[in-house]
Amino acid sequence: MAKINWFKYSSPASFYPLAGKVVPWFAWLAAILGVVGLYVAFFEAPLKDYQQGQSYKIIFIHVPTAWMSMFIYVVMALWAAAGMVFNTRLSYMMAKALAPTGALFAFLALWTGALWGKPTWGTWWVWDARLTSELILFFLYIGFIALGSAIEDPRRAARACGLLALVGVVNVPIIYFSVLWWSTLHQPPSLKLNEATMGTSMLVGILLVTFSLWFYTIAVALVRVRGEILERERDTSWVAQLIHEGKE
Amino acid sequence: MLSAFRTVLRRDLVLAMRRRADFLTIVFFFIIVVSLFPLGVGPEIDTLRTIAPGVVWVAALLASMLSLGRLFYNDYMDGTLEQMVLAPQPLSVIVLGKVLAHWLVSGIPLVLVAPILGLQFDLGGDALLVLVVALFLGTPILSLIGAIGAALTLGLRGGGVLVSLLILPLYIPVLVFGSGAVEATASGIGAQAHLSLLGAGLFLALVFAPWATAAALKISIE
Repeated sequence: MAKINWFKYSSPASFYPLAGKVVPWFAWLAAILGVVGLYVAFFEAPLKDYQQGQSYKIIFIHVPTAWMSMFIYVVMALWAAAGMVFNTRLSYMMAKALAPTGALFAFLALWTGALWGKPTWGTWWVWDARLTSELILFFLYIGFIALGSAIEDPRRAARACGLLALVGVVNVPIIYFSVLWWSTLHQPPSLKLNEATMGTSMLVGILLVTFSLWFYTIAVALVRVRGEILERERDTSWVAQLIHEGKE
Repeated sequence: MLSAFRTVLRRDLVLAMRRRADFLTIVFFFIIVVSLFPLGVGPEIDTLRTIAPGVVWVAALLASMLSLGRLFYNDYMDGTLEQMVLAPQPLSVIVLGKVLAHWLVSGIPLVLVAPILGLQFDLGGDALLVLVVALFLGTPILSLIGAIGAALTLGLRGGGVLVSLLILPLYIPVLVFGSGAVEATASGIGAQAHLSLLGAGLFLALVFAPWATAAALKISIE
């Protein structure tokens, strides 16, 4: 079997068409999983939690967005680290492309959390460890995006952002362990692997929505990377040929 | 290596002594910000005593952030920084010397002034002592982390505002444990856990921050 050269796809010229091909697949997967997940959430999951009423259905959005916002930051830092180790331009582009989606999910997690907290806890916001760390995560994303847009030289911007992502990723484990450090008003994580604290249909709903968001993130990030590649490589011959053939 | 560290430290201290106004401004900024709070919150001494640790620490965070601009900027403008990057000695050691000088000039005065400000907020003797110890452990972390931000934003338009966006979120653990130590003492729990965590944070920052700052400087200069 011939050895596949994975680094072939770290070149923007060969990654661009590949990304173009897989984007629709991920987009459709995201849409289908999203519809199924929300169906499960609204029609299959138990209609009423005896304590919380209908408002608890917000967690089908809240939990996946919170998970994804943390996960995306780690992935972003991994791309940044890969960029530093292999010195590939594409890795930095991936990190940059993931940031807006991560910021969006962090914001949505905070927003839906506030909407859920009002009927359940009777307050929009509490200064609890996990809410606060999610807010800090949101700030970290904003800082990352701000630094990227403040530097005009794209090469310096990419590498500076990569370093910032690596520095900031120190914060992500703190978010996770903060639950154990100071546990106050926020309930401990509702999903535990070894004991079933929630119904199977709820778990399925949350996981389906999570995977839907995951594929959405991949699709959107790839679209952004394609735009980024075109912008940075606009003077190269392969982009000129692409335009000449009328494909883009 | 050690001589490079000492030379940079002495040079930065001499430069700072020639421009005393620069760091005096930072100290007075710290004092003014802390003094604004009683005017905003009201003079009830019980409220002031509760918010004192947080107020002093937030002011210290802001003051240390404001002083970051001077850390690399002048050397960047006159080309000295480029020579430091090219020097045979490891850049992280040079960075450590600069950060230490920066802390001695802008961090230590805050630590020394803090007890007087604490008295204005009617903090007790033990709480004052812990405030000083916590600031003594915490302000070098602020300088070390801040150096990363200063290096990343070197020479950028609006770098001063940008650095606050990058660095303030990373300062939060220091703020939490620093003001937590004082609060714990005031409520009689004892500050040892908080101070230990601050000390651990200081060592962590001491190991990793100069290295990250050196990497950031290389990115910014090339």
